Amino acid sequence: MLEIRFHGRGGQGAVTSVELLALAAIHEGKFAQGFPSFGPERRGAPVLAFLRINDRPIRLRCKIAHPDVVLILDPSLIRIQKPAADLKPEGIIVLNSPKDPAEVRREFGFTHRLALVDANTIAREILGVPITNTTMLGALLKATGVVRVESLEEPLKERFGPLAVKNFNALKTAYERTVVEEARS
Amino acid sequence: MSAHPAKAQRVGMEVSIAVSHAVQMARAEAIAAYPITPQTHIVEHLSSLVANGELEAEFINVESEHSALSACIGMSAAGARTFTATSSQGLALMHEILFIASGMRLPIVMVVANRALSAPLSIWNDHSDIMGARDIGWIQVFVKNGQEAYDHTIMAFKIAEHPEVLLPTIVNLDGFILSHVVEALEFIGQEEVDGFLPPYQPRYRLDPKKPVTMGAFAMPEIYTEVKFAHQVALTNSARHILEVWEEWAGLTGRRYRPVETYLTEDARVLFLTMGSLTEVAEVAVEEMRAKGVPVGLVSLRLWRPFPFEALREAVKEAELLIVCDRALSPGGPGGPVHSEVRTCLYPLETRPATVNYIIGLGGRDVPPEAFHDILAQAQKEQESGPSGEFFLYGVRG
Repeated sequence: MLEIRFHGRGGQGAVTSVELLALAAIHEGKFAQGFPSFGPERRGAPVLAFLRINDRPIRLRCKIAHPDVVLILDPSLIRIQKPAADLKPEGIIVLNSPKDPAEVRREFGFTHRLALVDANTIAREILGVPITNTTMLGALLKATGVVRVESLEEPLKERFGPLAVKNFNALKTAYERTVVEEARS
Repeated sequence: MSAHPAKAQRVGMEVSIAVSHAVQMARAEAIAAYPITPQTHIVEHLSSLVANGELEAEFINVESEHSALSACIGMSAAGARTFTATSSQGLALMHEILFIASGMRLPIVMVVANRALSAPLSIWNDHSDIMGARDIGWIQVFVKNGQEAYDHTIMAFKIAEHPEVLLPTIVNLDGFILSHVVEALEFIGQEEVDGFLPPYQPRYRLDPKKPVTMGAFAMPEIYTEVKFAHQVALTNSARHILEVWEEWAGLTGRRYRPVETYLTEDARVLFLTMGSLTEVAEVAVEEMRAKGVPVGLVSLRLWRPFPFEALREAVKEAELLIVCDRALSPGGPGGPVHSEVRTCLYPLETRPATVNYIIGLGGRDVPPEAFHDILAQAQKEQESGPSGEFFLYGVRG
């Protein structure tokens, strides 16, 4: 089972990302469970969303305490939430940042595997707005291969209608540009 | 013939949306709901289905849950297949009408996304709302995942409308923990639902051409007899509930029981859970078994009518029964489930000792580790003699 925790701010679409990826996994015949950190979310406030993907039915009905992956939509959350603190040792951090891996590691003290992409730039180029949730799914797929890129096409269409094409293009661009770097001791 | 002939369509969706599709497939004809907090997406999506012409039903937006259930009573009395959904404060606001629906023997189906009651304000899950409505005279079942929520919503109509039952029915699903989760489940086809659930044929209905009185005034000379008739109908509904569940098992391969057991063979210690705690407890019990600890799990699916005999049978061999409640009876003996379980077991000559843990109040997370912890604590309590009537697990003093 793969357990992924999304870190975002209210309005950045973390919950939508989790739903889209859960649907993609289910379309592939897998089992998935996507849910928000239930609460009175407010725009701009830190938000968590959780995703489990497995080959068998999922019976855990609790938050993800030790994720395999943390996906960070907004780097400003790192100092507040310390998302990597309870990440499994072999886990991976998927981060939206324009910086290079060495700089990110220096700044935040990350030692885990690291997947980096400048999602803000991609989202501005392709979507025209700095909303990075669908873009960051491309980085997640590059880092984990948990579902096929094409499997997101249908859920995106259902969710975004005519805007799905742009979102899918942003996702694919992020997939191509994401840099994955192994863990450092 | 295949064991489950129904063609299944595998879907991924939020459990609340799946419930609304179950109501659509059941061809509900009348829905009334209060559309804002603490409502779920169940009626929000149903209102879209009705507005888009995908469900031919009367949908009434009302100004409170008190009115929602009042409108449902009118529509059900007129002979319509009637549905509503609510949660926490909404269920509390319905309270006086809940008794009227069952007293009038109207087969309304309601899904309750179980959530805590204020104060302090909490929007999160526990069973305080439904335990406050324990004695409303409705049939009540609990589900542990999205698939069961879909299945039991459709089955609830067939049970409620059975001519020998005619009682309103609540399907309880854990708020947020189930209601707001996107997961995989299977739908059966519309034709199969239609075959399973024919149109509602009311025995009596409000009709200006043939006037009848419903919910009339009762003098002391008759009130007790009416209550007795209601009690008998609710108790006897158990056999029809089982018939409906068996028919569903024939259609889908998913078989439900009033009391369900998991890895109980040779178990000296049993956990007892309801709702979504059951799946987490299954995981914990598997982990315990893997370490050679003889532990099993019993879950209560049917809360009303209470399955006395099935529960006695399920726990009779155990030495210790750890009852997990998701609500507290303040100033009382602990959790409401434990009270009833203890009452059920009291007449037995040999019975397991019971210990009561109240967990997951107001959305407190319950991971499998909690059950490991509770097992260790409960065994200590059993050895030394219980140090309290009940325990609020994980509470900070």
